[in-house]
Amino acid sequence: MSRLRRSMLFVPGNNPGMMSDAHIYGSDALMFDLEDSVAMREKDAARLLVYHALKTIHYGDCEKVVRVNPLSTPYGKADIEAMVAAGVEVIRLPKTESAQDICDTEYEIERAEKKLGIPVGQTRMMAAIEGALGVINAYAIATASKRLIGIALGAEDYCANMKTNRSREGSELFYARSAIVVAARAAGVDALDTVFSDVNDEEQLVRETEAVKQLGFDGKSVINPRQIKPVHRVFTPTKAEIQKALRILAASREAEQKGSGVVSLNGKMVDRPVVLRAERCIELAKASRVVFEGEDL
Amino acid sequence: MKFASEYSEQLTALGKKAYVPGENPRLYDKETAPLKERMARENKIVESLEKAIELVGLKDGMTISFHHHFRNGDHIVNMVMDTLAKMGFKDLRIAASSLSAVHAPLIEHIKNGVVTHIETSGCRGELAEAISHGLMDDPMVFRSHGGRAAAIAEDEIHIDVAFLGASSCDPFGNANGYSRESEGKSMCGSLGYARVDAQYADSVIVLTDNIVSYPNVPFGISQRFVDYVVAVDEVGDAAKIMTGATRFTKNPHDLMIAETTANIIVHSGFFYDGFSLQTGSGGASLAVTRFLREAMIENDVKASFALGGITGAMVKLHEEGLIRRLLDVQSFDLDAAQSLKNNRFHQQIDANYYANPYRRGAAVNQLDVVVLSALEVDTDFNVNVLTGSDGVIRGAIGGHPDTAAGAALSIVVCPLMRGRMPSVRSRVNTIVTPGTTVDVLVTDQGVAVNPRRPEVAERLSRAHFRLVPIEELARRAERITGKPEPLPFGNRIVGLSTYRDGSVIDVIREIND
Repeated sequence: MSRLRRSMLFVPGNNPGMMSDAHIYGSDALMFDLEDSVAMREKDAARLLVYHALKTIHYGDCEKVVRVNPLSTPYGKADIEAMVAAGVEVIRLPKTESAQDICDTEYEIERAEKKLGIPVGQTRMMAAIEGALGVINAYAIATASKRLIGIALGAEDYCANMKTNRSREGSELFYARSAIVVAARAAGVDALDTVFSDVNDEEQLVRETEAVKQLGFDGKSVINPRQIKPVHRVFTPTKAEIQKALRILAASREAEQKGSGVVSLNGKMVDRPVVLRAERCIELAKASRVVFEGEDL
Repeated sequence: MKFASEYSEQLTALGKKAYVPGENPRLYDKETAPLKERMARENKIVESLEKAIELVGLKDGMTISFHHHFRNGDHIVNMVMDTLAKMGFKDLRIAASSLSAVHAPLIEHIKNGVVTHIETSGCRGELAEAISHGLMDDPMVFRSHGGRAAAIAEDEIHIDVAFLGASSCDPFGNANGYSRESEGKSMCGSLGYARVDAQYADSVIVLTDNIVSYPNVPFGISQRFVDYVVAVDEVGDAAKIMTGATRFTKNPHDLMIAETTANIIVHSGFFYDGFSLQTGSGGASLAVTRFLREAMIENDVKASFALGGITGAMVKLHEEGLIRRLLDVQSFDLDAAQSLKNNRFHQQIDANYYANPYRRGAAVNQLDVVVLSALEVDTDFNVNVLTGSDGVIRGAIGGHPDTAAGAALSIVVCPLMRGRMPSVRSRVNTIVTPGTTVDVLVTDQGVAVNPRRPEVAERLSRAHFRLVPIEELARRAERITGKPEPLPFGNRIVGLSTYRDGSVIDVIREIND
């Protein structure tokens, strides 16, 4: 199974206090931001700070992502080069509108990799879609580079672009979310949902997370460590789901041992997609530390 | 009437003597005035503090004592010391259960030779700064609550006069930290530390701003220990003595530490119906109570008792039936004080009962689990709660070493770093609690179990906790903070950190700027 991306914690690139231990809260990914959360006059300092943080601090199992400034700004190129040099795992491109944006960014990444003697292709990418054009081009964006691991929705800019605003229920995001998750699945990359900004409204956070999970999203961005647990809880399979998945996998193994192509459980045939879903369920359960290695047999 | 006098010879042979009417006028002269009249004539109230001091015969060089139940709102220490200075006393030795930032005026009394020796659990603020910079010739002696109780009971500290503030007191000296008769101005709940002073001091003066009618029951301090009662305007600043229920932290570090700690308790082998616990009042240890509550409800586990500084959070669990009894040596907030007043199974205890290491059955020895905070922990699990990362005195020993030694499982919680300073390091500035009594360290960046407790480590590993060696935690901290510069200590010893038995476990040296 591909890497778990249930949660991605936003960490402002100009806040050393938050950077020094951002990994301890257990989010699947960390996204250090050089873009919107950093003021113009702090762009250089933030770049340097994130560079040294990535070089110095052991972020454990967290996937390290950096949101760089767009190439259309004076900071984009320098951001990419510094982050590639720091060994970042994923470069996140903001405000992606077309496949060309991806190609341009990839070009800069590759140039940096070659210059620094880093294996070409090692640095992965993800794209944030934050406007109507990006949503229309979602599939083209998602397939523009082999480096892409996923596409994400950035709701604030998207809503401004759509001449609307964010509501508590999020009905204005329904089309964009659907378009993005379909494009992601078609391209074989992950789909990541936008942030929920009211950190004190855990109830609505959970409701929204349940809704995007139902659409098919792999995870959600979070802006406060307190949001990680509730989001993970939504993406964590229930005991009943786990029990069912374990039974399906046992039946699948049994069929394999017998050399039979047909998996059956309680006298009913089990389709291949059901087995795949059961596998994914157990992987998720292990990653969520509710099932442990050796307990899945 | 001859009573038994006709048997005088036989009685003498038995070593007894016969009753003779009128021989002992105190017993014979029956008082016939109504109580009201008698109470007005015969009581322990004296008109002024000066008068009380004269009556107890205080002399230069003697030891006087105070309690710290009024915390940073205390007026008693400053009031009494000002009076003693005005009366011309010199060379007094102070044995306080603890001192706070509000006691900065002691600096002048030290400079003027009124005070030449201080024993306390802790010290903060300007006084602590001054002590750390070498204000006193005699090192300040720091004792744990249990250690102090033992030193007093064993006469290692001999208190000549105890000056004890009380939230209520009747004319005969029955005193308490609250009153069921009237609200009073300044409620502090338990008088647990003061009770030891009252019991062992040669003379006891109670100072109160709320004289209530006799008998002031329930009482924390019994009239049989009290010599004089002095009415004062205010024993303390109510707002600073205690606040309402202590609020739960929203700090994600503290919450994470608290949740992990609660989970550790659940899987430690010491979480069963009837277990006992104590937690501190710091952000993280307080929040442990909340997470533990959820686990107790889920697993249908109830605690037999909670001990120590009692918090509103503990009271809530008690009132929900999750903790059967509360043993309260010090009430940490107003909710705890109110509960002591109103709840039948919320019992006031003294420091001897709480933590005296020489008393068999001291309550700390009945603890399953204690959760304690720390300023610093070292790779031998030694804990410092007394001096800051700048080497300056800024804390209190409290019941730290007592409960760590007494509890079957002691858990120390602290963030791995505070700002730019590592909290886990190769050697703490000042050892207060020896690592041999500390079992588990919970930080926001990992959990370490003392190698002395392999069975605990095994239980936690089985429950899928990812344990790390404590050296690894120290390395993680140092990777980020770097190695702090050595502190500019001088050679002079300004403080002694004593263990529960009075032996010196570490020294605090003078700090140079």
